[in-house]
Amino acid sequence: MGGYTYSELGAIFAMQGFAGISLFSVLLLMALGLAIIFGQMGVINMAHGEFMAVGAYTTYLISSITENYLPGFMPYYFFFAIILSFIISGLLGYLCEFALIRHLYKRPLDTLLATWGLSLIMQQGFRSIFGAREVSPTPPEWLLGSYQPTDIIDIPINGVFVLGLTALVTLAVFYLLFKSSWGLQVRATTQNRAMSGAVGINTKKIDRYTFALGCGIAGIAGAAFTTIASTGPTTGSLYIVDTFMVVVFGGAASLFGTIASAFSIAQAQSILEFFISGSMAKVYTLLTLVIILMFKPEGLFASKLRR
Amino acid sequence: MQFMYQKLMGGKDGSVGFVLLAALILCIFPIFLDAFRLNLVGKYLTYAFPAVSLVLLWGYGGILSLGQGIFFGLGGYAMAMFLKLEASSPENTSIQSTPGIPDFMDWNQLTELPWFWVPFNSFTFTMIAVFVVPAVFAYLIGAAMFKRRVGGVYFAIITQVIAVILTVLIVGQQGFTGGINGITDLRTLNGWDMTSDSAKLLFYFINCFLLLGVIVFGRYLLTGKFGRLLLAMRDKEDRVRFSGYDVSNFKIFVFCVAAVISAIGGAMFTLQVGFMSPSFVGIVPSIEMVIFCAVGGRMSLIGAVYGALLINFGKTAFSESFPELWLFLMGGLFISVVMFFPNGLAGIWEKYGMKVVSKLKNVFSKRSILNQNSNAAST
Repeated sequence: MGGYTYSELGAIFAMQGFAGISLFSVLLLMALGLAIIFGQMGVINMAHGEFMAVGAYTTYLISSITENYLPGFMPYYFFFAIILSFIISGLLGYLCEFALIRHLYKRPLDTLLATWGLSLIMQQGFRSIFGAREVSPTPPEWLLGSYQPTDIIDIPINGVFVLGLTALVTLAVFYLLFKSSWGLQVRATTQNRAMSGAVGINTKKIDRYTFALGCGIAGIAGAAFTTIASTGPTTGSLYIVDTFMVVVFGGAASLFGTIASAFSIAQAQSILEFFISGSMAKVYTLLTLVIILMFKPEGLFASKLRR
Repeated sequence: MQFMYQKLMGGKDGSVGFVLLAALILCIFPIFLDAFRLNLVGKYLTYAFPAVSLVLLWGYGGILSLGQGIFFGLGGYAMAMFLKLEASSPENTSIQSTPGIPDFMDWNQLTELPWFWVPFNSFTFTMIAVFVVPAVFAYLIGAAMFKRRVGGVYFAIITQVIAVILTVLIVGQQGFTGGINGITDLRTLNGWDMTSDSAKLLFYFINCFLLLGVIVFGRYLLTGKFGRLLLAMRDKEDRVRFSGYDVSNFKIFVFCVAAVISAIGGAMFTLQVGFMSPSFVGIVPSIEMVIFCAVGGRMSLIGAVYGALLINFGKTAFSESFPELWLFLMGGLFISVVMFFPNGLAGIWEKYGMKVVSKLKNVFSKRSILNQNSNAAST
């Protein structure tokens, strides 16, 4: 890092830090869904990235419909897109759980393969419907532009918006899991499935709604994703490995761990990207994670469960 | 002799399957296919190595590695590095600004050979490296993971991440690795033209014999005590540990064996196809290797070979005529194999094929008894 003064370094860190916030938000939203599903059922959903893409394509569709038929509605469409992304991804997740996942709960490795197959089908589905070209929705005017506190630091507004959205969703998930009676049932099932069944919790129903919720959050991640990059058929698969690392690194059953690990991974990648090439930044980040995980396989914040 | 027969060939049923496979790849394919198609089959058969390795590792050991492409790639790259150095002798590369180094290094402004390329000038070293480098790499990963009792989906994800790291590294470090295009333009092996039809035929047969050898070796491992321990570890790991076995060492061993088998496939791939690129290292090829194994039958060494052949034939045929349908089909195959045929083709054969065979046997033996009776009556 030679050749930079401290104030320049500070500005670089601040700027790349804000750029990393968008990545952090998307990773966190993706990882929240994945962590809920993994923590609850021990299922690795390889198609999770494709559920994100469903959300992104939904946003794109809403945007182009609004642009063509209701131009006056443009400033507000994004909120509807977020809600619709959640609903559509969630419904698809519900269907998948019903048709596929619930038959494989006893074989977690096989679920991994089956959901990979699902992701292939979904990717080809996107390609057939939307074409192989990457698409991006027209963002509402107020999302564009940036805020400049000093002349070197430049904070994009869409990053701040996405961060707010992520905070909102995280809070909602927190509330659902830890304050509602449904969350109580989910946590009971996570800790001891057989006993939960014995005290009258319908664990199958809990599984299905948890899976749908996880996929729905991935859909919101997709809507947020459209503000930082364009969407192609294979977009989801690009983010799935990073998301896995977030979940594993944070400790699978810990909400706080997921937030912390999403933040550190996104920031490390984003700040390193300034100094070395993007691909090497990714290599170093992932390599560090793998090495840390070799020494601490349970992740940063493991839940204090006896196994 | 009896011991060898039981142990290496797996008794009567096993040896019938083995002989049928040997006949198919050693006689039927070379006789009925032209040179181009045979080379293609040879390429598919190199994918059978990682598929067979996954039978040991995943089918019997219960350890799902989503990173067999790493080892396939390491073997392939080791071989490709040797061949590339031979292809870029100072005479061949005299037009470059630095003659004597591979062309992609010259394009990336490298002026001397990086240190890790230097030993690959030696054929002996390369041959050893094809086996040793993947084994050491697998040992490091395995020791770090299994000693800490990391297994199941965690292991699968970590191996997948390592595959991603390796791919990004190869693509990113163009000057050292040839980047996304890989290492190309490999023509001669110790001065002998690799691209001629006769060389390709020879490589095909070497490949087949190596594959059959690997299957026999796998049988040897699985029929012994080791095979039983593997199965026991897969089903109830804790009980094996309580019986006093060091589970992690067995897991590391089988992971290393699987790595070496995959690496042999990679090296043969480079020899037969004439290049190596990162597209055979990453997530997608690694998971395809798992599906070859799953379709063939995760508990059947021979089934895995058929799985690799069948899927690749399908891929070639479909992606030529209906590229759109192929991914749907492949995805559907993943799901249906996992959900309905967890033991793959081999499982279907055992369930239905055997019945048909035994019925046919009954019919024939009845007929022969009838014949004998009628013969006896006539005399």
